[in-house]
Amino acid sequence: MFSYYIELALRSLKRTPVLTALMVLAIGLGIGASMTMLTVLHVMTQDPLPGRSAHLYYPHLDPLPTNYKTDPLGTNPNQNLTWPDAMALLHAHRAVRQAAMAGGRVLLWPQRTDVQPFYVDGHYTTHAFFDMFGVPFVEGSGWTATDDQASARVVVLTQTLARKLFGAANAVGKTVRLGELDYRVVGVTKDWAPKPLFYADASAQFYSDVDQFFLPLSDVLNSKQLDGDLRVSGNISGWSDSNGDNLRDPSTTWIQFWVQLDTPTQVATYRQFLVDYSAEQKSLGRYQRPPTNAKLYSLMGWLQYENLVPDDVKLQMWLALGFLGVAMLNIVALLLAKFLRRSGEISVRRAMGARTRDIFVQFGIESALVGVAGGLLGLGISQIGLWSIRQRPDDYAHLASMDPSMLVGTVMLAIVASVLAGMLPAWRACRVPPALQLKAQ
Amino acid sequence: MEIRPIISTLRRHKLTATLLTLQVAFTCAIVCNVAFMIANRVQQVSLPSGLDENVLSVIHSTGIGPDAETNPWAQHEADLAALRAIPGVESVVAVSYALPLNRNEWSSGTCPDKQALDRAMQVMSMHGTGCIDSSIYNGSPGLIPTLGLNLVVGRNFLPDEYVLGQKTPPVAIISQALAHRFYPGQDPLGKEMYNGAKSPIRVIGVVKTLLRPNLHGTGTNYDSIIWPQKPNSPGSDYVMRSAPQNRERILKAAKAALLKVNPSRIINPKYTQTYTQIRAEYFQRDTTMIGLLIASALGLLFVTALGITGLANFWVGQRTRSIGIRRAIGATRGDILRYFQTENFLIVTFGVVLGVLLSIGLNLLLMQHYELPRLPLWYLPVGAGMLWLLGQLAVLAPALRASRVPPVVATRSV
Repeated sequence: MFSYYIELALRSLKRTPVLTALMVLAIGLGIGASMTMLTVLHVMTQDPLPGRSAHLYYPHLDPLPTNYKTDPLGTNPNQNLTWPDAMALLHAHRAVRQAAMAGGRVLLWPQRTDVQPFYVDGHYTTHAFFDMFGVPFVEGSGWTATDDQASARVVVLTQTLARKLFGAANAVGKTVRLGELDYRVVGVTKDWAPKPLFYADASAQFYSDVDQFFLPLSDVLNSKQLDGDLRVSGNISGWSDSNGDNLRDPSTTWIQFWVQLDTPTQVATYRQFLVDYSAEQKSLGRYQRPPTNAKLYSLMGWLQYENLVPDDVKLQMWLALGFLGVAMLNIVALLLAKFLRRSGEISVRRAMGARTRDIFVQFGIESALVGVAGGLLGLGISQIGLWSIRQRPDDYAHLASMDPSMLVGTVMLAIVASVLAGMLPAWRACRVPPALQLKAQ
Repeated sequence: MEIRPIISTLRRHKLTATLLTLQVAFTCAIVCNVAFMIANRVQQVSLPSGLDENVLSVIHSTGIGPDAETNPWAQHEADLAALRAIPGVESVVAVSYALPLNRNEWSSGTCPDKQALDRAMQVMSMHGTGCIDSSIYNGSPGLIPTLGLNLVVGRNFLPDEYVLGQKTPPVAIISQALAHRFYPGQDPLGKEMYNGAKSPIRVIGVVKTLLRPNLHGTGTNYDSIIWPQKPNSPGSDYVMRSAPQNRERILKAAKAALLKVNPSRIINPKYTQTYTQIRAEYFQRDTTMIGLLIASALGLLFVTALGITGLANFWVGQRTRSIGIRRAIGATRGDILRYFQTENFLIVTFGVVLGVLLSIGLNLLLMQHYELPRLPLWYLPVGAGMLWLLGQLAVLAPALRASRVPPVVATRSV
């Protein structure tokens, strides 16, 4: 029966080639535009660290004075931690693992004379960073807790940077000159850059920034080169006029902090710990706001809070969906006209014993066929759309391509859309009474 | 033209007609709002900076090595001399880092007078005190003529008014927009501004237009101040003025000249740009968005036109017999043509009426979520007119086909 309906549908569609083409084109354009934008949104909101992200949390403290006006839309100083708070959380060891970090830019002097000195971007952090985020190493490993305490001059490089500096030879044990001081390479990581770079500061390019090195935070802060050849590259915001530039200042935020918590009990305990810590700081007179302002964000929750998807992209998505909506209305009207015009045929089939259900299925299949064709066209259009997005210099542009699930999703969306669009016309068609039409002929 | 028979026909196709009406309504709503968004973006992208952008190019250099911090201004002077010697360079200035639309902003709360400063100090906030967060530009002597700024009132800086590096100068030149906000209805010359609790800064001149490094929103985009302050840190931007066609060549020559003066520096090709490129880069997202908006508006209109044509074609086919009968009993070709045109006009009119309401609703929604301004009302009649026109164009071919149905059809059986 099914193949018979397909044959009927094909015959009917062939009878009105222009109309069929119009419907396929309309749904193709709607699907193409929608899937382009849904794909962009999909890659922008994907999980940066599948498997680990569920156990990673971002503590949020609120050391701002009560009268400080926070910007509801922009980035606020309390998105990052102050040095004293970060160190307090770090040394409390209340989580399975914890690491403090900040983006950095250093001036690197290669030993090879044929390479000019250059600036590289990376992160200053503490030793647990590598295990907590599961950074894969090619050789060596991260530094130890002792290195953190001793402010050791050690560095971890990515494979790309290590190759650039030392060629194919082993890099571990070699030295790298950062500014005016030598650092010992203790590990080389695979080129590792979660998309989005969730642990970066709000000023980062979350989808295109890549860390090329990791340095111990304690060494950087003690270094006389800080603000010279070693710089903090994220937001540094202070709210006291005493000393805004001092990174140890208790009213200057610049540090990001992540913790690993494996069970719901640990999460609840840590959340309480943050509130208790804030209450303690308030009783000491450092904090002014209620301790319950302290929060613990899950990784995906933090990304949502950071609001990484630009308004323009959201607007484009709504526009694309609006387009699809209008295209569907268009198809409903055309299919309705088309199906009702065949009232004669329907009534003959009904008179010869076809049930309303059969008629409904027959026309449903016809609309689904339009959907399949529209979906294929939409797939092509969305590939063109994504290609053109990849040509743009936007931060996220280079990620805009479909994975298999989006490919299947495109065709599914097209079929669902067209079957939905065909529903009303098919229902109207199957209600054509058998005898009346025959009489009118 | 008799409308009654048309209405009664449409009643028989209530569902189809309603669907088409809805489609027209949604198209009208979306297209009106999209057109408004396009207009906003175009206005944004073409905001004047006050600079002679087409004759300017910028190269950024950062001194490195142990000597870079010792006397940066001396290095800048040597660099300026070398750049001035490049054939084709008319003038060149050094600025610390801030330039209109280059995103490197140095902004600072500035108060128009001592009372405003005191108010701000008291409440620890600028909000409502008359003090304004404004962008501060600095640069070596010759900044105003090199950038091509239009000094409308007052005078340029004198050589002895320049300060070095981090120091606050005794005088400043402000933009006309800031002058209006600080001293409405008064002469800004000689007024004393305060930047923090330091000594006053006297206003000695006003430039007509000077855009900020970042746009912050209508009304604040031009709050700029120029300080007579020579850059004194290893990093600096050099702005060169030359004929437009020489700019690419001069940028190449500038890089070579700077490295010849002192090779211990980093010149990032990303910050070696003509001003045209700086503007294009700043507004890159907006230009993409304009393209996308235009494409989607045209796409929507296209799909709607397709729908109208498709349906009209269908109805013509369906009514061939009745058209034949009408022709046989005396209707002219023009009558048939006008019949379909009027039918279309009616459907589009219903759609447009609904569409105007939807446009306003959609605009309210967008205002809430995307900070879009209110849709000016004149967009609505224009949008409506456009859809009427589109409808008439889309229905023309099917209507003409209908008018060519010969009366003899009436006598044929189906």
